[in-house]
Formats: sequence, C-alpha cells, structure tokens
Amino acid sequence: MTYLAKPKLHHPSLAKNRVGYTRRDYEGKISTLCAGCGHDSISAAIIQACWELDIEPHRVAKLSGIGCSSKTPDYFLGNSHGFNTVHGRMPSVLTGAYLANRELIYLGVSGDGDSASIGLGQFAHLMRRGVNMTYLVENNGVYGLTKGQFSATADKGSRSKKGQTNSDAPIDLVTLALFMGATYVARGFSGDKAQLVPLIRAALAHQGAAVIDILSPCIAFNNHAGSTKSYDYVREHNEAVNRLDFFPQREEITAEYGAGELVQIRQHDGSVVNLRKLHTDYDPTDRIRAMSYVQEHAARGELVTGLLYVDADAGDLHEQIGTVEQALNTLGAAELCPGSAALEKINASLR
Amino acid sequence: MQKIEAVNDFVVKFANINGSGSASANELFARAILRMGVPVSPRNIFPSNIQGLPTWFEVRVTEHGYLGRRGGVDMMVAMNPQTWDQDVREIDPGGYLFYDSSKPIPRSRFRSDIHVLAMPLTELCNDTYSDARERQLFKNIIYIGALTQLLEIDPAEIEKLFGEQYKGKEKLLESNVRALDLGRQYARQNLKPIALKVERRDCVGDRIFVDGNSAAALGCVYGGATVCAWYPITPSSSVAEAFQRYTQKLRVDPTSGQHRYAIIQAEDELASIGMVIGAGWNGARSFTATSGPGVSLMTEFIGLAYFAEIPAVIINVQRGGPSTGMPTRTQQADVLACAYASHGDTKHVLLFPEDPYECFEMSAQALDLAERLQTPVFVMTDLDIGMNQRLSRPFTWDDRREYDRGKVMSREELDAGADFGRYLDVDGDGIPYRTYPGTHPTRGGYFTRGSTKNAYATYSEAGADYVYNMQRLRQKFETAKSLVPLPVLSAARFPARFAALFYGSTSPAMHEALDALAEQGIYINALRLRAFPFQNEIADFIASHAKVFVLEQNFDAQLTTLLVNEAGVNPASLVPILHYDGTPITARFITQEIAERVSKLNVRPLRENMVA
Repeated sequence: MTYLAKPKLHHPSLAKNRVGYTRRDYEGKISTLCAGCGHDSISAAIIQACWELDIEPHRVAKLSGIGCSSKTPDYFLGNSHGFNTVHGRMPSVLTGAYLANRELIYLGVSGDGDSASIGLGQFAHLMRRGVNMTYLVENNGVYGLTKGQFSATADKGSRSKKGQTNSDAPIDLVTLALFMGATYVARGFSGDKAQLVPLIRAALAHQGAAVIDILSPCIAFNNHAGSTKSYDYVREHNEAVNRLDFFPQREEITAEYGAGELVQIRQHDGSVVNLRKLHTDYDPTDRIRAMSYVQEHAARGELVTGLLYVDADAGDLHEQIGTVEQALNTLGAAELCPGSAALEKINASLR
Repeated sequence: MQKIEAVNDFVVKFANINGSGSASANELFARAILRMGVPVSPRNIFPSNIQGLPTWFEVRVTEHGYLGRRGGVDMMVAMNPQTWDQDVREIDPGGYLFYDSSKPIPRSRFRSDIHVLAMPLTELCNDTYSDARERQLFKNIIYIGALTQLLEIDPAEIEKLFGEQYKGKEKLLESNVRALDLGRQYARQNLKPIALKVERRDCVGDRIFVDGNSAAALGCVYGGATVCAWYPITPSSSVAEAFQRYTQKLRVDPTSGQHRYAIIQAEDELASIGMVIGAGWNGARSFTATSGPGVSLMTEFIGLAYFAEIPAVIINVQRGGPSTGMPTRTQQADVLACAYASHGDTKHVLLFPEDPYECFEMSAQALDLAERLQTPVFVMTDLDIGMNQRLSRPFTWDDRREYDRGKVMSREELDAGADFGRYLDVDGDGIPYRTYPGTHPTRGGYFTRGSTKNAYATYSEAGADYVYNMQRLRQKFETAKSLVPLPVLSAARFPARFAALFYGSTSPAMHEALDALAEQGIYINALRLRAFPFQNEIADFIASHAKVFVLEQNFDAQLTTLLVNEAGVNPASLVPILHYDGTPITARFITQEIAERVSKLNVRPLRENMVA
C-alpha cells in the first residue's frame, strides 16, 4: 500500500491490450491494507491477469465476504461492480448473481476465516454446484481485522503472535474443493507472482467452479517464527508440482519446452494450459490422485502448489439446469409472462 | 333425542391416520359437493410426520359461502382408534358419529346424545379385496360412498371426478367406482337416514378451488420472477414446488426447450436468501419462500438487502412459533419479526393476502414493489391459506400490464452524462438510481456494501453521510405508503362506535362474524389491513371509533404493537382479540369475543342515532 495518491493521468506510452485498456485501467482505489500484506500482491496479480486476458473491466463482477481479503475488491477493477456481502456467505450471493446473468465473469474473493470458518458450508456447496466463477481464497491462517485470532486453516501446533498454540486440526481448502467437485483447483503463493498470474488467467478462462487457495502471509499478525503461514515458512516448504503457461484461445503457442516435460490441456473454451512438469509423477487431470498427493505431502510438512486439478470439459450450473442462453436479467414480460389466455386455462382447470 | 338438521350448512370432520391415503379421498368428498354448486371450505389438520400419526380433514359445507373455519362438528367420520375419545367428544349434541364397527367398541366410549352410524368397513374390505394396499385405499373410497348415500351427494359427480383423475387408466377408474357403489349399497341397506343434506345449488359461480401456495407461485410466474432459491420447510415448500410445476409448463423456450427460469434448492435459508439477493443485485426478479425459522436465519441478509438497497421477495407462509413451534399449525406470529427483521434500524414492507386470489396478486405485486423500492418485500401468508384449498375469485391478469423495474440507469443515460450516485436522492422520494453490473465500461460501476457509505457509494464512516442515508431510507419508507395496497373497509349498516381491524387469513371468519354480530344488533365497522407501512387512513379510521378490536392469530398482539409504534395510535383505543392455539380462527370465536366486550363496554350509545 501507499499513503500517496496515485496520479490519475496515465503515461501516454503505457501499453494497451487488445480491448484498448492499459494496466492502470484495471486498478482500483488505493489499498488500505498493511504495507507488505500478501493480499496486495494478489490484487496486483488479478490486475495483471485481467489485463493480459483482454477482459473488459466492466464485464467482471467482484464479490466478497467480510475480512481483510474481502476488502480487496475495492482495490482492483475500479470500474467493475463489486459486492462486499456478509461474513461467510459470499458464495450464495455470487450464485444468485451468476443465475441472473451468465454472461459476466464472476470473481469471488474471500479469506480463510470467511471460507473455512464461518463460511465452510457455503464454500462446499458452491463447489458442488459448478458455478462458473473464479474463487480466490487469500489464506493467511489468521483473523486480521479482529487482530490475530486463529482461523480454521491454521495448522495444528502453529503459534500465534501472542504465543498461543493452535490445538485444532486445520481445514485444507484445496482438498475440500477437490472432494466437493470443483473442476479447477490450484494453490499459489502471494510471494510468487510468476506462478500466480497464469494460475488466475487459466482459472478465469475455466468454464466451471475454479478455486485457488493462495497462501498470503499476514504481515501484522502471522509472519513470526512458529507460524506456518509466514513468508519464510511458505518459501521453505513450497513444493510446486508444475509451472503454468496459459494461452487464451486466439493466441499462438510460442513457448518451447524440452521433450517429456510438457503437458498440454485444452479447456472447454478452446484456451490452452501448458504445464511444465516439475514433479514427473504428478497428473493434474486425476482428481482422486490429486487428493491423496496433496495429503501425502501435507503429512510430510510440504505445501503443494501449482495447478492441482483441472477437468477441461467441465460443465457449469446453467448447463445442468438448462437455462436459456440469454441472460435472465434481460428477459421482459414478453418472454416471462404467460398472459391472460393461459391464466384462463389455469382457472378452468381449478374448477 | 334431538337431531341436527341442516341443508348445505354443516361441518363434517374426518379423523384419519396419516399416510393411509385418506387425504385424497376426503378431498374427493369436498370436490363432489363443490360440483353440486355448493361452496365448501376444507381444512387439513395434519401432524409433522409421514405415516402413522393422527390427521384430520374438516369439510365445512356452506351455502352462504362462509369459508372460514366455523368451529364445532356436526358429523365425525372416526377412522382413527388412537383419537377416538377426543373425536367423539368433539361432536355437537344431536350430531352424528360414523365409524368402522369391525372391531367392537365398549358402550362406555360412546355418547348418548349423538347418533351413531356403524359400518364394518374393515370387514367389508377384507371380504372384497385380498391385496393389503387395496384394502387400505378402497376403505377410504367405501366410506366416501356411504357418506354420499347418507348426505344425498350425487354419485355421478364423484364418478366424473374419478373420470378426470384416472383418464386413460380404465382399470383404476372401474375399481374406484365399484368401491364407491359398495359403500353406497351398504349405507342404503343398513344405515338409518340422517338429517344433514346436500342439495344442488348454483352458489359457486366462476370461482376456483386452489391453495394459496400454488397461487403465490403462479403470481411469481406472472410477476416475472426468474430466480427462485429455497430450502424445504413446512408449510412453505409447496410454493417452490408449484413454481417448478408452473414454470415447466409456462416458461420453456418453445424452440430450444431451455428454461426461462432458474430454481435452486439451497443448502439452508442463509444460502437461499443470499442467492435471491445476488440475483436481485444483478437485475433478475427473484424470490424465496420460507416460514418463521427460515426468516430467523435470513435476518442478517435481510438487513444487508435493506441497507444496500437490493430487491428481494420473501413469501413467508407463517406457522406456529416460537422456535420449531407448531410446524403444521397456523399463526400470524411473524409480523414483528418480519417488520423489523435484522439488527440496526430496519423496517420492511409487508403484504397481507387474505386468500389464494390475493396470494397471486400480491406475489406479483411484491416483485414490482421490491424493484421500485429496491428493498426486501414480505408476502405474509400462512398455513391456513397456503396449504388448504380455498374457493377463491378466479385469477386475472391485464395483458397491458408491464413490469415496474424501478429506477435503473441505462448505458445511454450514463453516456449522456447523468450524475450517477447510487445512494443519491435525486427527486425527493428517497429512492436512488441503480445500475446493473456490466452496464457501462467506465461509468456507473460501484462497490455495494452493508457498511456506511456516502451518496456516491464510497465507503464513509462520517456521521453526516450516515444521517443522510438513514433519513433517505425513512423517506423511501414514506414513499412506500403510497405504493402498497390500501386497506379495505367493510362499513356497518348503521353508524358504529366500535370497529375491528384484521388481516390475512382472519378475513373469511371475520366477515362471517360481522354478519352474526349484526344479527345480534351489534354493528361494527371493519377494516382489513393489506400492507405495512400503514397509510394515514388507518390511523384516521382508528381515531374515529371509541374502541377498535384488533383480531390477530398470535399471542403477543403483534399488529397492535406495530400500530402503536408506527401509526401513532393511542394504545388505549385498541383492544386485541387473540386466537393462538394453532387452529384457524373461527367466526364463533370472533362473534363471542366481540359480543362479550361490547356488552361490557356499552353501554349506552353516545348519541341516539348511533348503535353499538
């Protein structure tokens, strides 16, 4: 964050994307989070990903719950509609918004308290339903806004800044998302933008429920020795299984890879995810294996990151319930009201 | 011994065991009378259970068209040994007890002041049918057959109803007709005639026979709801189920077969209202149906929708509370919980339908009001209206009617340079403009939140911004008064000192009571409230009477409290009359309670030309 207002004028030489926007057009208000907060890096990664994907900013709807992470949608995509809902219940609001208009891109932003503690139920059911959205959990294992209490993703045995030891078992949102049927599951680290930006890009293009659990250290309350969510700890225990390059449908694939280390996944919308394998034994299209892999490594104290699972042919909720192609919020009385003649028939059947 | 004698004006109560298929047989009985041109009002009194517990079905036959519960029983059809004693006790002196005499019942468990009609139903069934399920189901039809014989109900009407029900299933049709004849024949040969009778009339007219929950769902279809999110809860589940049924018929794109609606059964009420709010925020008409416990869970979200100003329609089919309360009984006990739902200073628009016709009308209207006012709107129906079939005016729809989408700023208006302040009152009615997400690339975007903001939707904790916003919301609630349905006056034939206020499902019993009171020389002006906020007419009406009886189906006199709080009414002028045992309020109860109070209050008319 900065205390200095950013100038509104853009430098004329700033590069524009295909839809005519500079990176600055994807920015929002100045962040009010602490200097060094992992969440600000994630906001920057979202800005980067949307600019690179040539998404018109107003075609994105940003929804969040309550907490530090949920404040961040005010700090990117300033021309997009945002909705800071209630604590732990953003998934249902996002679901309703998506039912109303299937044509927008939905971005859910939440934290570990919001998703794993108070909102665990809605998180799980959102994944089950296949809502087409990108759900980012800015995971720091701690309640920031209320100053340092453990959240449900805090590891058992980790210590708080005040010296308390967490005795509860942690909830792993990646495993839960896999179990509940999310069709794009990844884990990133706010300190590794090179890994995070392609993960977000591919998630935005994914036609189904995409979730990225992003380790995002809390500089104020959870960055000390004894924390398992600090910058140092995450860097030391990060086990990236792959590196991503993401290519939208229209882009030519230009990167070159050595033989045998490349997996190419073509998604529903024609976009291509190129994966450079860092672990030769890892297959990101095998959901069952992904769950056990994540858990095996967690048992060894390793934090598996990268694209963990993708179902390239995933369907979404609108497909499942058979809604019309046109956004429901654009239908008028002509399409919706059956009229008086039909009502007369109904009356007749009730006599 | 005296015999209750009545033509087209009596109450038959069926005591059954739930899960035995009795409900559809009893409904057949009610419909056959209706087809003879005589109004009926049936009520299902059922347990929160699927099989094995007592259930009752009460049919009021009423040539006068009094559709409220009357109270009292002229004929009991006692098919449940578990509730025998209580059922026998309930019969009015001179009334009739029809029962299954296959198993002997000791003399001591009968009464000497009622007429007993014994029919060995189980024996008859066992002799005729070998299959256990057939024995069960046809037993119901056989007793209906016997009743048609006793009450002189035209069997041809029942056969016609069978024909409609079993179209193309000739075998089922035949076996039902045979069972019906079996019952008729037995009654003709073995039972003494009784003095209750149905005679053909032409008193039904073009009215329809429908439950309020189906009517509310149809209102949502006609009112343009595209998103329905719900969680099963008695007695509201059949609203969403009926919405599903009607949309499958009426809202499918004829060429693609795709749906112009989305229905989600959510994981709980928190999620269902969240979805409704998300859809409303994004410009789709959306609703949920629930009951008291659901509203309790939804209250945090309702506060968000109120403060962030998002349209939402909540159909609350009220049941007995508090807590799980009486899930299968009726009450009007959520008035205050809904009027003030959520923490902080909140007030919500409530609509009170009296019957299925108004369930249809008000559900459609609620969708308009929610978008016009950008706020949650409650349709306050109840189990009595919602889950019972009621004779009701036919539904009507004006094809010229357009949906009122409220103040929505378009891309063109934004391009033309309109000053968009999401929470800015531009014309004094307290209602701001909104934009749908995705409207314009650079203008009209805003960040919606439940926390305080200024008129341009920027986060603000400044006192002045908060005060502006709260006062604007108050102004908006004032505006609502001119938009919600007006109360309906039933004026007494003579100038009256006393008045009555009532709302919702109390309506039919109240109208009947007014007639009964007038016969006793007690004339009352009656006003049926149809909405909150209260219009000024209501306070004026109260002020112009010495005492106003407020009829409510709850224990705490909730509407009375609301009137005192919100309409500036002198509490001393209000006299609550409360019915809260979970059964629908009856005309007998209202008549007695009002007559008693009037005689105490009275006693001299203040002026010669005024009567009490």
